[in-house]
Amino acid sequence: MITKRIIPCLDVRDGRVVKGVNFQGLADVSDPVTLAERYSRSGADELVFYDITASAEGRSLFTDILKRTAERVFIPLTVGGGINSLEDFERVLGCGADKVSVNSGAIRRPALIAEAANRYGSQCVILSVDMKRVNGAYRVFAKGGREDTGMDALEWIRRGADLGAGELVINSIDTDGVKNGFDLEMLADVCRLVNIPVIASGGAGKIADFVELFQTLPRVDAGLAASIFHFGEVSIRELKDALAENHILVRRLS
Amino acid sequence: MIAVVDYGVGNLFSLRSSFAMIGAEAEVTGDPDRLRAADRIILPGVGAFADAAARLRAAGLDAVLREEAAGGKYILGICLGMQMLFDVSREFGVHPGLGLIPGDVVPMAGRIPPELKIPHIGWNGLIFKREHPLFRYVREGDAVYFVHSYFADRCDDFVLATAEYGAELTAAVGRDNVLGCQFHPEKSGEVGLNILRAFCEMR
Repeated sequence: MITKRIIPCLDVRDGRVVKGVNFQGLADVSDPVTLAERYSRSGADELVFYDITASAEGRSLFTDILKRTAERVFIPLTVGGGINSLEDFERVLGCGADKVSVNSGAIRRPALIAEAANRYGSQCVILSVDMKRVNGAYRVFAKGGREDTGMDALEWIRRGADLGAGELVINSIDTDGVKNGFDLEMLADVCRLVNIPVIASGGAGKIADFVELFQTLPRVDAGLAASIFHFGEVSIRELKDALAENHILVRRLS
Repeated sequence: MIAVVDYGVGNLFSLRSSFAMIGAEAEVTGDPDRLRAADRIILPGVGAFADAAARLRAAGLDAVLREEAAGGKYILGICLGMQMLFDVSREFGVHPGLGLIPGDVVPMAGRIPPELKIPHIGWNGLIFKREHPLFRYVREGDAVYFVHSYFADRCDDFVLATAEYGAELTAAVGRDNVLGCQFHPEKSGEVGLNILRAFCEMR
């Protein structure tokens, strides 16, 4: 049977990996290519690179890093950040990305999801949603979680899936950076809604959080995290051992 | 030289890098003469079957692949490239494939329990059906990376390995010098590189 995936996420700005707590207070961590290789060797199932660069110079640094990573790391690579058009898809796919994650660009122009799914296949299009509870409902936030769009998140997710998104990254702003576990309630509500893979993000602080995630919500396909891996608080190898001990199917390196 | 067939379908960056990693000389090409000159051929592919098959035909490469296969050259189809080795695909209609391996490509929908998600995306363990040199550096149960919604059916005599996803899905096939992987060896870490390495050593 298919295994649960563990996905480290690397936020890259100006050629370096950064990770903010609650999206703010960015701290420099490491060289993205080195980090990616290290994760791949320790059993990461996939990698996500988020380009949080604004400048053109930073953007070309990013594609260079992507290329250098794809030359050495042979697991699926997802790229997100600043994806607004099919040209953006083309640019990162040409540098070795396998999947492209859309967020604000799809909020501004939902047709981007359908256009990209038609051209590259649904398996290539990941809809990433930053969600937060507002007045008892889930709202979609844009611009790295800073701006309330006023959109209902569950409606947006259903629409994204209908438009052809192949996977979802569900990032709970309510739990992001808090390190007290994934947002199980939010994830359960999303899993009930769609039949495409769901990648849980936001809130992992320790190994037990991943065990709880997959035990409580068997329909969640993957867990994504950043800083706990970067700072070595959780080793992927130990995480996978713990998941296996808890009878959760994971891929383990021999 | 290994020719990776470029017919405007799929992402060839990782395949090219994979061969560089294992020290094999690979050339991404859509030139029939380069395919004829190659020692081995990789037929990649992602996306829709009908579109990919049409592109292959439009480039005149279907005939070249059949000739080279008939001449005994080792050919490895990957993902949609594997599916194109078969007689026919039932993805949105009925479309002829290269006919190098008997069998049909059929939708997973209706063949696996409805609670399982389609596409079958992620890492799944290989179940060996036959001993084969393609797996000389790989152990049963080793996980490889899959992304697909259709699978090769009615090809039991040529199945080398399967993966369990509510049904036993064809994961690798082989008929003499014509081989195929439903999964992506270029995205399957060390296990995948070892499968490509073994392919390069087949003779």
